[in-house]
Amino acid sequence: MAATSRKRQPVTTPIQWLTLLVVALFVIVPFYTTALGGFKEIGELRVNPFGLPASWDPIRFVEIMGGPRYFASLWNSLLIAGGTVLLSTLVASMTAFALAHIKFFGSKFILGYLMLGLLFPSATGILPLFIKMRDLGMLDSHWGIITVQVAFSVSFSVLLFHNFFKELPKELIDAARMDNCGYIKIFWYITLPLSLPIIATVGVFNFVGSWNSFLLPLIVLNSEDKYTWPLGIMQFKGQFGSDWPRILAFLTLSIMPAIAFFLLAQRYIISGLTGGAVKG
Amino acid sequence: MASIATGADVGAVAGSRKRRLFERNSLPALLLFLPPALILFSLFVVLPMVDAATFSFFDWNGYGPITDFVGFENYADVLTHRNFGTAVRNSLIVVVVSLVVQLPLAMWCAIALSERGVHINVLRTLFFLPFMLAEVAAGLIWNFVYDGNYGLLPAIGDAIGVDMPFVLGDKFWVIPAIMLVITWKYFGFHMMIFIAGLQSIPSEVIEAARLDGVKRWQIVRHIKIPMIRSAIVISVFFAITGALQLFDLIIPLSNGGPSHSSHTIVTFLYQFGILRMKLGFGGAISVILFIACVIVALAYRRILFKVEQN
Repeated sequence: MAATSRKRQPVTTPIQWLTLLVVALFVIVPFYTTALGGFKEIGELRVNPFGLPASWDPIRFVEIMGGPRYFASLWNSLLIAGGTVLLSTLVASMTAFALAHIKFFGSKFILGYLMLGLLFPSATGILPLFIKMRDLGMLDSHWGIITVQVAFSVSFSVLLFHNFFKELPKELIDAARMDNCGYIKIFWYITLPLSLPIIATVGVFNFVGSWNSFLLPLIVLNSEDKYTWPLGIMQFKGQFGSDWPRILAFLTLSIMPAIAFFLLAQRYIISGLTGGAVKG
Repeated sequence: MASIATGADVGAVAGSRKRRLFERNSLPALLLFLPPALILFSLFVVLPMVDAATFSFFDWNGYGPITDFVGFENYADVLTHRNFGTAVRNSLIVVVVSLVVQLPLAMWCAIALSERGVHINVLRTLFFLPFMLAEVAAGLIWNFVYDGNYGLLPAIGDAIGVDMPFVLGDKFWVIPAIMLVITWKYFGFHMMIFIAGLQSIPSEVIEAARLDGVKRWQIVRHIKIPMIRSAIVISVFFAITGALQLFDLIIPLSNGGPSHSSHTIVTFLYQFGILRMKLGFGGAISVILFIACVIVALAYRRILFKVEQN
């Protein structure tokens, strides 16, 4: 063992280190200038792009957090994302359970039908969807967005749940069936408690998707007090034009919760991506 | 196909006790578990596509009855629209640049970061971070970087003595500028797919090659890359479908401008179909986009199947 490890080539070569460093700079610099830009004066941005700001006066950040828009739009986004996650987890896990564990005529057909959603992006039918939501009275409401986002997420969520449920030991369910336990109880008391990892993955995935979504809220919401944060920030940019320090401060404040969440939840995101991608 | 086979069996086994339409005592569960997803999916995903196809044969502004049948006129209007050509061209450029710049960069980083170590975890997280960022936020950050008056790019230009153009207001530079943002935003995603592939290669294979004195780049060229072919196919598929649905990033960056030169298919749909409430025209764009997506998805399944067979 010692002999082989001595023979091993170094893990990372100098050329690799150099390119990794360049790529790291390429990724960091936009974040770095955004974070510092909120403290700089507008003239400072051009003459001192990389240096620290002349003063650390947090006046813009304080103003934004005290203003009406910032917390309201984050709260709206949180409500929508939370509602989407709760409902999509429930709806998709129920369906995937029925398709994975109950034998019935047409189950393969239903699975295939739901997987049609993976063939094309949800933006494709956005215009007729708008008409449908208008006719159903779902425009300008958070519930409308939640309902549609749950529908959009069905295909991918059912796929992930179905793959996971198929791997669960069949004996558990057979044993419960022997004891005359109904499928609804099996789902609730046996399958769901065993499925926390996949619930976390699907939940985090749908949360991020909802939190970042732009096109659907853009066409659905009219009232400013219902705006999600991406709409809020676009409106803020429209209003303040090129008052960049103010916009950069707003951007920094808006992306910080997402970055914190990402650092906490990244392993679920990655397992959802690779698990879904490799098996899909 | 499986459903057809099952359908044919029904008559044959209807008399036997072995098979039924559903398992004993499972009806309440089926009635509770299946309808929510089926109804939502049908109503808000499948039906809009059917509607788009219907609308595409009519001239309709979204109000009143749909009566004005125009045949394929909307399709002709879309295909001859000068900005539609630009949108398709831009989407193709995005695909090509993704394949020749973004994926090789992602592969290079994945190979450098597929082992274990603290610095490796930090860099992986960092490279993946832009992917997690909302497109709108990424677009605005880069809108600042490119801003001709106060942005980072002209500031760098000052430092090296070059007069930088207003890239987002320049018909030529706007596309390369957007491509750079796309690379920044998405290469980490492809890198993660490649890393997952690389980690599934049995370490004995690599170790054996090393003991035989195979050089590092030869291991990459002849062992690692061939062994993650299916990950590469997946990555290419995501690069293509991503290009077909690019929208959120374009709006805050260039909004399709200057003079409609940076539209993608979906921003074109938004600008000329949704904002003007031209349901027929928009429906035709949707159908064209749908067909493109289905072709890509079916080709992908075929190729992936072939790759996995080998």
